[in-house]
Amino acid sequence: MILNMGPSHPATHGTLQIVVELEGEKIVRLDNIVGYLHRGVEKLAEKITYHQFIPYTDRLNYVSCFMNNVGYTMAVEKLVGIEVPERAQVVRVILSEISRIMDHLVCIGTNVVDLGAYTPFLYMFNVRENAYDLLEEVCGARLTVSYSRVGGIARDIPDGFEEKILTFCDMVEKTLKDVEGLLDKNRIFLDRTRDVGVIGAEDAVDYGFTGPNLRATGKKWDLRKDFPYLTYDRYEFDIPTRDTGDIWARYRVRMEEMYQSVRIMRQAVKDIPGGRFISDDFKHVLPDKEEVYGSIEGLIHHFEQIIHGIRPPKGEVYASVEAANGELGYYLVSDGGRSPYRLRIRPPCFIYYQAFEEMLKGHMIADLIGVLGSINIIAGELDR
Amino acid sequence: MIMDVADKSLNDLKSVLGKDAGEVKPALDDIPTLEIEPMAVVKALRFLRDHKEGDFDLLTDLTAVDWLDYPESGERFEIVYLLCSTGKNHRARLKTRIPDLDPRIESATSVYRTANWLEREVYDMFGIKFDGHPDLRRILMWEGFEGYPLRKDFPTRGYGPVERTPET
Repeated sequence: MILNMGPSHPATHGTLQIVVELEGEKIVRLDNIVGYLHRGVEKLAEKITYHQFIPYTDRLNYVSCFMNNVGYTMAVEKLVGIEVPERAQVVRVILSEISRIMDHLVCIGTNVVDLGAYTPFLYMFNVRENAYDLLEEVCGARLTVSYSRVGGIARDIPDGFEEKILTFCDMVEKTLKDVEGLLDKNRIFLDRTRDVGVIGAEDAVDYGFTGPNLRATGKKWDLRKDFPYLTYDRYEFDIPTRDTGDIWARYRVRMEEMYQSVRIMRQAVKDIPGGRFISDDFKHVLPDKEEVYGSIEGLIHHFEQIIHGIRPPKGEVYASVEAANGELGYYLVSDGGRSPYRLRIRPPCFIYYQAFEEMLKGHMIADLIGVLGSINIIAGELDR
Repeated sequence: MIMDVADKSLNDLKSVLGKDAGEVKPALDDIPTLEIEPMAVVKALRFLRDHKEGDFDLLTDLTAVDWLDYPESGERFEIVYLLCSTGKNHRARLKTRIPDLDPRIESATSVYRTANWLEREVYDMFGIKFDGHPDLRRILMWEGFEGYPLRKDFPTRGYGPVERTPET
């Protein structure tokens, strides 16, 4: 029997189409068809300035937007060679970790809902709501934050930011303990997740897996440790791994990663350095408003940035961040003009989604949803 | 200058390929980059994957650049392979140029399985065919879509509204 699922189906959490060939309830063959959310972001980038592309990055992985901003701005910074003030770097780390927690909460929350557990979903979305409030206070927006800028961040952090982060950290830890209490020894959950959707470490690397899904196969590889960026090399944190490579392993890795994110945030808020939150290299950065209204140089810089934008040197750069799903990379090719000659986004989930058939062959049709939820496919990033 | 392992592996590759390879140069992001001839790509990828010190086990990215606006820079399409070693933590980049007319190149799927969808995307967006690819279909656009959107001569707004007709 051939069964079609999607492109619009509540359990895919996005517009994905999956065509499965079944023998009884067993999956024999599977074709996952993508592209329903394709907007042509890479094409659009070739016509607009480097600054103007920042909001488009929010729409890639819309569950953890801030990390996409950071990855893109890091690529542009590398291209033009600006130093980012430490204050901005530390704030970027903190907000990236909040985004990672939000992403993992959504991933696990929706995954367990699909497997029949409703309460953990509510617990997790409750704390996610607090994360959104926190982001709103800092960035002015809840979902699409567009907070990172070339050279720093859009505006300074509000007063009392540190205490709010610490409260949030406590709340996350409490929620995680509650969820673990509900799930970790739950017979139904264990039966549905253990030895389901298994992929081995070697296959995973061959398929281009990165992020928590790779670490669930036992490979200890994390860009925050292995290619350190921002100020991650200053903080103490572990890279949680599991060996089994099944849904259970992916669930555990994501849970433990959230504890580690909390650990990083606690260390980072302890000393947020003072100084500017954005670089003062006004050839590449919008000047402060007082400068624009108060001095002729400021006004000229402002016009230059708005009308022409950045004109980087010719060349190519690749910058990547450890996003919640894995390595999110931006490959920028510049011909010296005001817009990128080519911008390539390396989306983590597009690359590992091709192993979906391999992970599911021989499993039951009911496992499909569990595996799909556990690898966390975000359609905005998948189709770009 | 200290030559690191990624540089060394690319230089080893260069000496194996002989006249099919250019010079190893660092790009703006310091990733060592080597330009090679298109026929040598699969051999080069296999060499780097099996290289003892290089150990490039992860094909991070495979993409293309359309150099239509700069004909003096060489052939029109550039294919870029970004490799990474998860054990040794270094990166390297391979580039090759293929001509405008009937652009085709050997598929890398025999070396890295992750190349499957990446090559399908390049085929979909640039119309570059990969010989020996197991399943070369469009991936983001639908079958029957005309044109290759990321080519420089494809207008940003497309060719007007398109309708997807149901297959019969």
